[in-house]
This record gives sequence, C-alpha cells and structure tokens, in this order.
Amino acid sequence: MNAVNAVEARNTVKAFGQGDSAVRALDDVSVEIRKGEFFTLLGPSGCGKTTLLRLIAGFEMPTSGSILLEGQDITHLPPNRRPVNTVFQSYALFPHLTVAQNIGFGLTMQGRPAREVKETTDRMLALVKLEAMAGRKTSQLSGGQQQRVALARALAPQPKVLLLDEPLSALDLKLRKEMQIELKRLQTETGITFVFVTHDQEEALTMSDRIGVMSAGKLQQVGSAKDIYTRPVNRFVASFIGETNFLPATTVPGGVRLATGDVIELADQAGRSGAVTVTIRPEQLRLCDPAEAGALAATVRTLVYFGTDTHCHLELADGTEVVARLQSPADGEAGLAQGQRVGLRPVPGAARVVED
Amino acid sequence: MAERGFQVARLPGFATTAVLVFIALYLPIFTLVAYSFNASQSVAVWGGFSFGWYEKAWANTQVKEATVRSLIIAVSASGIATTVAALAALGTTRRARFKGQTAIYVMINQPLMVPEIVTAVALLIFFAQIKVATGYQGLGYLILAHSAFCIPFAYLPIRARLEGMDLSLETAAADLYASSWQTFRHVTLPLLLPGIIAGAMLAFVISLDDVVITEFVKSGGQDTLPTYMLGQLRRQLTPEINAISTGLLALTVVLLTAFFLLTRKKE
Amino acid sequence: MSAAEEAQTARSARNGWLLSAPALVVLTVAAAGPLLIVVVYSFLLPGKYGNVEWGFSLDGWRGILWSKDIFTDEYVLADAHLTIFWRSVKLSVLTTITTFLVGFPTAWFIATRPASQRALWLFLITIPFWTNLLIRTYAMNEVLRSEGLMNTVLMKLGLIGSPLQVMYTDIAVFIGMTYVYLPLMVLPLFAAIDRFDMRLLEAAYDLYASRMQVLRRVILPIVKPGIIAGSILVFVPSLGAYVTPRVLGGGKQMMIGNFIELQFGQGRNWPLGSALSMALLVVVMVALLIYVKYANREQGHG
Repeated sequence: MNAVNAVEARNTVKAFGQGDSAVRALDDVSVEIRKGEFFTLLGPSGCGKTTLLRLIAGFEMPTSGSILLEGQDITHLPPNRRPVNTVFQSYALFPHLTVAQNIGFGLTMQGRPAREVKETTDRMLALVKLEAMAGRKTSQLSGGQQQRVALARALAPQPKVLLLDEPLSALDLKLRKEMQIELKRLQTETGITFVFVTHDQEEALTMSDRIGVMSAGKLQQVGSAKDIYTRPVNRFVASFIGETNFLPATTVPGGVRLATGDVIELADQAGRSGAVTVTIRPEQLRLCDPAEAGALAATVRTLVYFGTDTHCHLELADGTEVVARLQSPADGEAGLAQGQRVGLRPVPGAARVVED
Repeated sequence: MAERGFQVARLPGFATTAVLVFIALYLPIFTLVAYSFNASQSVAVWGGFSFGWYEKAWANTQVKEATVRSLIIAVSASGIATTVAALAALGTTRRARFKGQTAIYVMINQPLMVPEIVTAVALLIFFAQIKVATGYQGLGYLILAHSAFCIPFAYLPIRARLEGMDLSLETAAADLYASSWQTFRHVTLPLLLPGIIAGAMLAFVISLDDVVITEFVKSGGQDTLPTYMLGQLRRQLTPEINAISTGLLALTVVLLTAFFLLTRKKE
Repeated sequence: MSAAEEAQTARSARNGWLLSAPALVVLTVAAAGPLLIVVVYSFLLPGKYGNVEWGFSLDGWRGILWSKDIFTDEYVLADAHLTIFWRSVKLSVLTTITTFLVGFPTAWFIATRPASQRALWLFLITIPFWTNLLIRTYAMNEVLRSEGLMNTVLMKLGLIGSPLQVMYTDIAVFIGMTYVYLPLMVLPLFAAIDRFDMRLLEAAYDLYASRMQVLRRVILPIVKPGIIAGSILVFVPSLGAYVTPRVLGGGKQMMIGNFIELQFGQGRNWPLGSALSMALLVVVMVALLIYVKYANREQGHG
C-alpha cells in the first residue's frame, strides 16, 4: 500500500491579468492523483485543465496554493528540475534534430553518458515502433508518427509523471482510436502515472482509471468513468458527459414528484428536500402502453434516426421535453408516428437528483 | 486563336510599362559591365573584348588596399552589428511588453530614419573631437560608424525569425531538463541561425556599399572601394572603374542570391 | 499577481534591457548621440580654418536663408541658397511622382504574376535595391553622357544630329534619382497590392465599372497606404541625396546634401552646415510623423 500520491494540487489558484480585469483560470483546485494511474482532466476549452497541467509541469507558477510531487513541494521548482515530462498538443518536436536526437534530448540535457542515451533511445524507438525512422528529420514524419516521437521523447527520461496536453486532437478519427489503445498499452507497460488533458468525453471514458471533470476553473467531480456517468454530482457533469434529460421535481418520501404530478422512485435518497432537479439518461427510458400503471403520459414530437438507435423527442403532460433513446429494430422502423400518445417509464434506479 | 476571356487583373499599358521598367533597370548595369571588357583606353569608344582593365585594377595598389580595407570594415562591422542586433532581438521579442520597448525600437531603427548626410556630418564633428583628444586615427571610427548603421539591417531578419519561432519548442526543452543556457545553445540558437546568417549578409552588403558616411568619417589614406571610386569619378574615366564596379556588383549579387535562397527555404 | 509572478515580470523586463544594451550603446555612440553635438555646433561661431569657435551665435541658423552683405553688414535673402532648396524640393517631388507613375504598373505586374514566378520578379527588383548606389549612379552616367548609350542610339537612328548634353543638368540628376530610388517605391507598392483582394475587381466589373473607374475608385484608394509608404521612402532620401547630384550634377547642380558638405569643406562654415543638417532632419521627421499618424489612422479603421 502506497500512501503517497504521485501528484497533488493543494488549493491552487491561478489568476491571469491584474486587478479588476484578472481572470481566475484556476479557482481553488485541490486534487490527488495516485501513483500509476491514468488520470484524465476533462472539460470544455477554457475550463482551466491545461492551466493545471502547466502548473504541474512548472511552465506557470500558481498565484497561490502548492503543487506536490510524491509528497514533496515542487511549487517553485523550474520545469527543467522536475522529474515530470510533457507531451505537447503541437508535439513541439525540434525541427533541427533527428527523431533519435529528439528522443535522446532529455537524457543528453541531464548529462547522461552517450551509451546510456543510445540504449534508452533505441528502447524507446522500439516501444513506439519507429526503429526505421531513427535518422529522419521530424518534418518527414506523418502526424501519427510525430505523435509517437513526442511520446517516446517524454517517456525516455523515465519521468515520475507523464503529462499529456490534448495529444490526440490533431489526429484523424481512425488514428485517434488507434492511439487511444496505444497510450493505454504504454501506460500499462511503463507503469508511469499519466495525467491526460482532453475535452473529448469518449477519450476520457475509454482510457482513464479516474476522471476529474473541470468547469469554470473549478474541479466539479473526481471519480471512475462509471461513477461520473452514472452518478454525476451536478447538472454540468451530467450534461457534459453523455446526453441527459433534466426534469424539475419536488421531493416526496421515497422518491420525487414531477411537475406532471407523477411520482418516480430514486436510486439514492435525495440529499435535500424541496424543489430539485432530476436527471434521467435517454437510454434509461422505456416506452410502454399509455394505460400501464405508473407510466408517464407523453406525446411523440419528432423521431431522429441515428442508425443503431432512434432518438424519440417526447412532450410530457406539463410541456417538458424529454428524449428517449430506443434501439432501432432491424428494419429501422420504430413503429411510432408524430403526435402518437405513448407511456414513458424510467428503468428502476435511473432517476437521480443533481445539484444545479 | 484561343479565346482569352476578360481578365479582371489586367490594366491597359501596365504590363508594357513594367517590362520597360525592368529593361531600364538592367540596361545601364549591363552597359557598365560590358564596358568593363572594353579594350579601348576610353570609356566612350568600344575597342574590342579584353580582360585588360581587370588586370590593371588588380595590379593597382590603391584599389587593392581599398578592397582590403572595405573587407576589413565590412567583416568587422557586420560581425559587431549582427551580434548586438541578435542580442537586442532576443531582448525585444517573445516576452511581455515592457516599459521602454518602443524607445528601443525607435533607437534601433534610427539609422533608417535619419538622412545619411546628417549622420555623416554628425559623425564627422564627433569623431574630429575624439581624434584630437585621443590621437587615434585608425579604422576603428569607420568600423564603429558602419556597425551602427548596419544594426537595423541585421536586426530585422533575426527578429522576423524569432517571431516566427514556436515558443513551445523552448518550453519542451525546459521540460526535458535543459537549463536556460542549454535551451539557448541546443534549441534557440540552431533555430535562429538562418536569421542570423541572413542578417549578417545584409549588414555586410550595406557596409560594403556605403559611400556617404565613409566619405565623411575616413581619415586621410583610408579610402574604401566606394570612396576610392567616388574620387576617381572626378578624374579622367577609364574602364578600370567599370571593372571594379563589376567585381563589387558580382559580390553583391552572389550574397543576395544566397540570402534569397536561405530565407526562402524556411517556408 | 503573486510576488513570484511579479518578480518574473520584472526579471523579463530587466533582461530585455540588458540584452538590448550593447546595440543601444553602439547606436548612441555612433548614430544618435552625435546628432546632439550637431545641435550644439549649429549655435556656435565658425572657425577660420573649419571647425568652430566657442561662442553663442544664431548666425548658423540665420545663414540658412539670409546672408550678410559684405559692404553694408545687412542681412539679405540668399538667392543662391533658395535656388538650392528649390532645386532639392523640385527634384525630390518630381522623382517621387515619376517613380510612382512607373513603379505602380511594375508593382501591379509583379503582384499579378503566377505565384511560382512572383518571387523571381520580386528578386529582380531587389537586386538593384541592394546594389551599391554609387555603381548604379555611375551606370546611369554610362547611359547619359555625350558618347553614352542614349546619344549613340539616338544618333544611329538619325533622330538627333549632335549629342544631347544631358550630363551635369537637373535632368540628369532627376533621371538618376528616379533610377536609383525606383525600387524603394516598387517594394511597398507591391506589398500593398499583394494584400489586395482581386475578387473586388470582379465585384467592381460586375457593377458596371470601366477599367479606368476600377483603377481610380477601387484599386488606388485601397492601396493608398502603400502609395504613402513608397512616397516617403523615395522623398526622404531624395531630399538628402548626396551621391547622385554629385556624380550626375557635377559641382554646379547642388542639392541640400552637397550644400551641407560644402560648409564642412571649402565653405568652412560648420555652424551653417550643422544648422542645415538639423533643418533637413526636422523636415524629414515631420514627413515621417505625418506618415506614422496616417498609418495609425488607417489601421484604426481596418
């Protein structure tokens, strides 16, 4: 059991600008990243995720708060003295050096003997399967190959933590999927702690051990992919990861009463009473006979065909719009018509109360 | 004949004018070069092809000395100008705007704004005092004066190169354990080199070509090639002047072609 | 900002100054600083054998326009000086206008070449730009002199019976200055035309404009910043020209630059020469300020 975290941010604040015009890119963020995990910072652009990464790398200094690496305060240590490496969004490969020289750069700067640099470089080239490209200039490589050089270069000095700043954003979809698998493989093989920054929820869900969701300079929720998807703490997390329906309601014993008057059961006990917001994922809604007991009365408004499933936009009795995601039948016909009256029933445990 | 259609960018007479301008630009230069191979004693009459004037110029000790002096000054001045301009470019780009930055820009570009004759007069007065005070009469004055007016020419391409450089490369170097000095030595400097070479070549050409400031600053017996030629133009002209001009012209064209290729490659 | 961030900003500014310092020292010693000495000299008395004598006097500045009558000791307007100023201004204006008239079609021609050829045409304009001014002036001498290219061709064609005496006239200086300063007009014009959106021409023709209307109402107004820049770049060195009037104008057709030199040579009137230099500098600075103001205003609109 290892009690010490790989990286820890304590009450970090980063403000840009001065006085009244100052913008808080990070607003009192604390997070603990465990040794050997694949941790993802997820959020829309401008949420502060890259700023947090740059604070860990040492490219920026926090306005207040501190950064700890394996329990040691490194807040004021310059980047070249932190055993932490970055894979840059633009890759930032040195255009005047060859692939091998790029990969060996960190070790050379550390003054390691030439033989060790050579051995490690060769090992890294093999790791990212670029042995044949060792002597090439980086400008002669494809985007995916450049990406792998950037990875190898950052891994070569065997950092305690590898920071990845949206490294896949410049790649096309197919290559991105391949690299996701590749990244996960590298992380497992090397055992190095990865801190990955992205705005792409799918990337975050498929690769991460844990995800930190950020918005407006604050850390909203930290947890596993399942935690975050199935138990979002607030409206932002619920809507940013996946699609969802929000319904206004008031608490009653054992459940909530919707504006339509219907009562539905909750998965967990609501944290508070009174007026609340309930969220139900579209795939957790089932259509049924309108006459069935406990079914919500709804009218079909529009049907949008997505291939694997069909999104059915419905209007509840009080005018609230909800979306139900139905698996498309073999012939693609959902057997529904606009204006048709149907019954709607959430899967047990699907409804949750979220903070606004 | 193929229908050419209506060409929007065509304006009547423009292409003809342009071609005439190019002819007018190069015709005098070609005439000058052609007469450098004139066997005749006079610049006026064509007396057949000959390398005689080149041989004569080559044997002329005054020309030889002026050439050596021109080269010493141009090499020293472009060296000094490029070094200080590169430092200034590093100081004035890629950092948060600081107080006095505009003043530095104005100062660096000052030689481009003040008429040469005014600077020449100012240096004549200033260096005359220094010469009396110190007794030193050497080439140092010319080298210093040339260094100063070469600075903006060296500064511009270096600054352009720096501004086009990806800042994340230096961030990446710092991330990979390079100290500030290592980052400069292994990343910034190699990437900046084409800009520095381009700046040095422009400074070299500018120094080599200067007439006015040199004419005012030089002490007796310190003619450079251009001021020697200026003196000769007052006397009986022989094609020897054409031969010297052609030599200088060739050097300029070679340097400019190299500069052209060097700056074009980066795109 | 935290103290650490503030320290970083301060360090960055200090490094900026430190790195610029060597260049500033060279420029202060050998370019800007001596200009201040010229200001001082313009208020001193001329020395008998050149240089100055210490003693305050406004004679240098007064001497720009007036000269002392030897007999009456009264100040009278110096006609000779006025002739030189008038020639300088006249030739500089003529040069600026002519370089624009031939430079604009040239710049347009270069800018409308296919992308692959454009760099080469531009290079052909750049070579004369960087070539020694003295050599180019001397090359013009080869064309203009009595037995030169121009007269030879004209006589061979039978257009003239005897050589035209062009050398050592205002016309020779004017032709020479137009020739040597032309690239300074073409380059900024090219830069402006290169940014010009050619689709605007299609729009103008679509709206019934004729070729001349397109030129006057669309092209010229849009490339105006380039025209102003080119005009300044030609006018300023023309006004201070020294080499071209000396070589092509002989000793007689002096311009301000030669007149200033004269005061430091045979004229032995350093204070007058200093005052003339400063006056020239002021005129040039005013022209540059107008340009900067205009350029800023244009930017504000864009």
